Amino acid sequence: MSRTAGLLKRSFPAAAATVGALMLLTGCGAAAVNQAAPGAVAKTDCGTVNVALNAWVGYTADAAVYNYVATNKLGCTVVEKNLNEQISWQGFASGQVDVIIENWGHDDLAKQYITDQKVAVDAGPTGNVGHIGWYVPPWMAAKYPDITDGKNLNKYADLFKTSESGGKGQVLDGDPAFVTNDEALVKNLDLNYRVVFSGSEAALIQSFRTAEANKTPLLGYFYDPQWFLSEVPLVKVELPAWTPGCDADPEKVACDYPQYKLNKIISKKLADSGSPAAKLATAFTWTNEDQNSVAKDIQGGMKPDAAAKKWVDAHGSVVDGWLK
Amino acid sequence: MATLLRDRPAAATRPDRGSLGARRVSRRTWLLLAAAVLWLLGFLLLRGTGTLALPASELTDLHRSLNRFNGWIAENRDGNPVFMYILTPLRSAVGLVAGFFMALFAASPTGEVIPVLGWLGTVAVLTWIAFAVGNVRVALLTAVVFTFFGIQGLFVDAAYTFALVLTAVLLTLIVGIPLGVLAGTSNRVQKVLTPVLDFMQTMPTFVYLAPLALIFLIGPASAVIATVIYAAPPVIRLSSHGIRSIPENTKEASDSLGTTGWQRLHTVQLPMARRTIVMGINQSTMAALSMVTIAALIAAPGLGQVVVVALQSLDVGTAVNAGLAIVLMAIVLDRVTTAASQRAEPSARRARRLSGRARYIVLAGTLLLTLGIVQVSRTVLWAAVFPARLNVGAAISDGVTAASGWLQTNLYFLTHSFRESVTVGILNPFQSLLTETPFYLLVVVIAIAAYAIGGWKLAAVTTFCLAVIVSLGLWSDAMVTLASTLLATVIVMLLGVVFGVAMGRSRRIDAAMRPMLDAGQTMPAFVYLVPFLGLFGATRITAIVAAIIYAAPVAIKITADGIAAISPTVVEAAVSSGSTPWQVISKVQLPMARKTLALAANQGLMYVLAMVVIGALVGAGGLGYDVVAGFVQSSVFGKGLAAGLAIVFLGILLDRITQAAASTPGRKPGARRT
Repeated sequence: MSRTAGLLKRSFPAAAATVGALMLLTGCGAAAVNQAAPGAVAKTDCGTVNVALNAWVGYTADAAVYNYVATNKLGCTVVEKNLNEQISWQGFASGQVDVIIENWGHDDLAKQYITDQKVAVDAGPTGNVGHIGWYVPPWMAAKYPDITDGKNLNKYADLFKTSESGGKGQVLDGDPAFVTNDEALVKNLDLNYRVVFSGSEAALIQSFRTAEANKTPLLGYFYDPQWFLSEVPLVKVELPAWTPGCDADPEKVACDYPQYKLNKIISKKLADSGSPAAKLATAFTWTNEDQNSVAKDIQGGMKPDAAAKKWVDAHGSVVDGWLK
Repeated sequence: MATLLRDRPAAATRPDRGSLGARRVSRRTWLLLAAAVLWLLGFLLLRGTGTLALPASELTDLHRSLNRFNGWIAENRDGNPVFMYILTPLRSAVGLVAGFFMALFAASPTGEVIPVLGWLGTVAVLTWIAFAVGNVRVALLTAVVFTFFGIQGLFVDAAYTFALVLTAVLLTLIVGIPLGVLAGTSNRVQKVLTPVLDFMQTMPTFVYLAPLALIFLIGPASAVIATVIYAAPPVIRLSSHGIRSIPENTKEASDSLGTTGWQRLHTVQLPMARRTIVMGINQSTMAALSMVTIAALIAAPGLGQVVVVALQSLDVGTAVNAGLAIVLMAIVLDRVTTAASQRAEPSARRARRLSGRARYIVLAGTLLLTLGIVQVSRTVLWAAVFPARLNVGAAISDGVTAASGWLQTNLYFLTHSFRESVTVGILNPFQSLLTETPFYLLVVVIAIAAYAIGGWKLAAVTTFCLAVIVSLGLWSDAMVTLASTLLATVIVMLLGVVFGVAMGRSRRIDAAMRPMLDAGQTMPAFVYLVPFLGLFGATRITAIVAAIIYAAPVAIKITADGIAAISPTVVEAAVSSGSTPWQVISKVQLPMARKTLALAANQGLMYVLAMVVIGALVGAGGLGYDVVAGFVQSSVFGKGLAAGLAIVFLGILLDRITQAAASTPGRKPGARRT
């Protein structure tokens, strides 16, 4: 007797009976608990909004507040989708994502989906400003005060040597999703350093955390706003200041990163629908402090929804401004 | 894998093997020595030239043209007949099945997060199924574990994961077992299938996840399809291996009785290969579970989401809580499938306590009870939604977070010095030997070695693979990856032999080790990456450790299986003739399990390669980094795709060489003909 056949023969009647019974139950299960209407908010013309959830906590804070307001003040049905950035943009094309609530640059994706395919539109700035740059843990800035000037980096290169950096100082890079010019910077500023790719944001944060705890040297790429800065206030190393056009040729960059005005992207479909959710997405702006306060609550273990409610309740006038 | 299992034309080497064999070995040694000397000389004299290094931020023209792939799919989604008549219906069908199971066990589509069956109903139905196909013990295990998910505060997430795994494993078996049987009985099918399987197993998921999400859209259907691609190879390979491992004389005996091909398959081959096929099903189920976690990156619901979100905020406790649920689910699936296969064995049937009739009565009775519970579960709230009061998830996370914090502060200096010594002493010299030797020289060296090991054919295959890697523009990155991969595989095989032999020789050790192996294989790497980062930093060593944890269990399990399968009379004969345990192991058990060892090495290697990309998330660099970057940044998608291909060809190269090395020296003249 073959095993598969035996298994099939034995389990088929059982499976058939189960499925049959289930059908029967579902058929006559009018009283089932899960059929109860959600009640609470009356449905409006808002309909369903698909919001991409990119994973960093700052984004989660933005999304939590947007979703809270859309659900509770506008009566929208918000569907949250945990996706990384590039897949979120793909979602505009396939109609599965309506809102990206915090976008860092991504000129290439903007060109592909906004300019070329015309499936998404820019919904304006979030009011948050992003700073990308090279950072050191606070204990180093205290011990070597002049390290925060990029000109002195070569003096300290030996300090940053690791088993991965081939005899040079190490510059640790993180999530490859973020645009970096670090390899070009090292070359063009004549730094005795080598860029090492940690490969993820988690690896970068954990490295900084260990460096601060064990007082080991570390120089790495980081960005603000980021929840980790409230745990360990990293100190930025000043590279030659950014001027318009100094980073035009990626091969020849020799200046610091520009400030990023973070913005929101919504699908063309949502923008054209005239839905109040689209209006809310366009009107949504707040400050870095606002975002950090919500992000900190979430990082501290609060559910995003509860953290959003706390902020919305305390900032009624701001929210009313969005809804006008 | 392929070369080992494929039927080899043994006729040429058959006559006067003795004298020829001796000369061949010595010539082989000379060739290998010459290759090594050439390599060393080249390294010393030409060091740093012809390294083909490509900085991480730079692309070649090939990468740029591959970049257009995504745009092409997006433009052709609508209107292209392949999409309209094949891919879209496939997506709908898979989505329907997945949706059905998800609604049943996790959340009905009404918007409320309540399963159609209710949590108690879900537990009852699954327990009953476990009882029906297995036995009381596994049914109890099922009930306890699924209730525990609720206590962890993860019932809905676990149910989502279960629904997706169930869908994926069903599809995998429907496709995989017939293919495996075909490959086991037909050499032609085996020949065609092998490279395809190699491709499926070594192509990193991150490469095809984004395009899959474009083709099949974001969500469960894409997740299931990605999972099937990854989970099908083990069951196909092992089914085929099982059928091919049946002793020649058994088949001849059945042939002499005049059985037809189908009868032989049905009455001899399938039953005799059952042990190996079930191992394949287990491996596929484990692979499916690990893949469902990664599919969280394209919005597949379930435990993977919890892990991925926790990773972003470095919340080790929450990640471990969810990881524990995944491991427990793996154990349940493993034990239930094993129990089901044992029940099907003819000997078990005779020894059964209940007669067929009585058993049906018990089954019917318990089914009625189950349906009663389902009805309760659908009408009473506490049985529909798991009570939030009974939640120890937070306690588990807090405990784990504290423990991991303690480990990281107190072990750091130990692990730090270990890492430094391994990196400086072994990894760095080895890596520079690979990356700083001119590429053309290394190609020649590897080709000579391949010729020495497996003849012209192998030399041609390896040269071809290396040429592809060079033309993909990723030679230097490939050598970085190769260095770490080889180091990890050597350690995996050491562990595989040591623990595999111990487990194969003792049932007790086997029973004690298995849950740990299951845990190592199924605990999502995302869970332990963060504590390891704390211990070893963002370095290649962290990546190697993660790869070992994932790959060693496979090598150990396969080795143990091979050792246990050796006929006890042979071992007894050796013992009674006065052999020490060490002699028994080295002279009898290991040589007799050589074929299985080769399979273990091969699978260990494949699993290490599967972790190359995960390793890149913690500092491994190399090809893995290119793949990760390609997944998250569309401007380097082409380079990621190229890196994925390079990993595949690296895998095929290593695979063929290890297989040949394992099978040439003591090749039996009686290589099987099917």
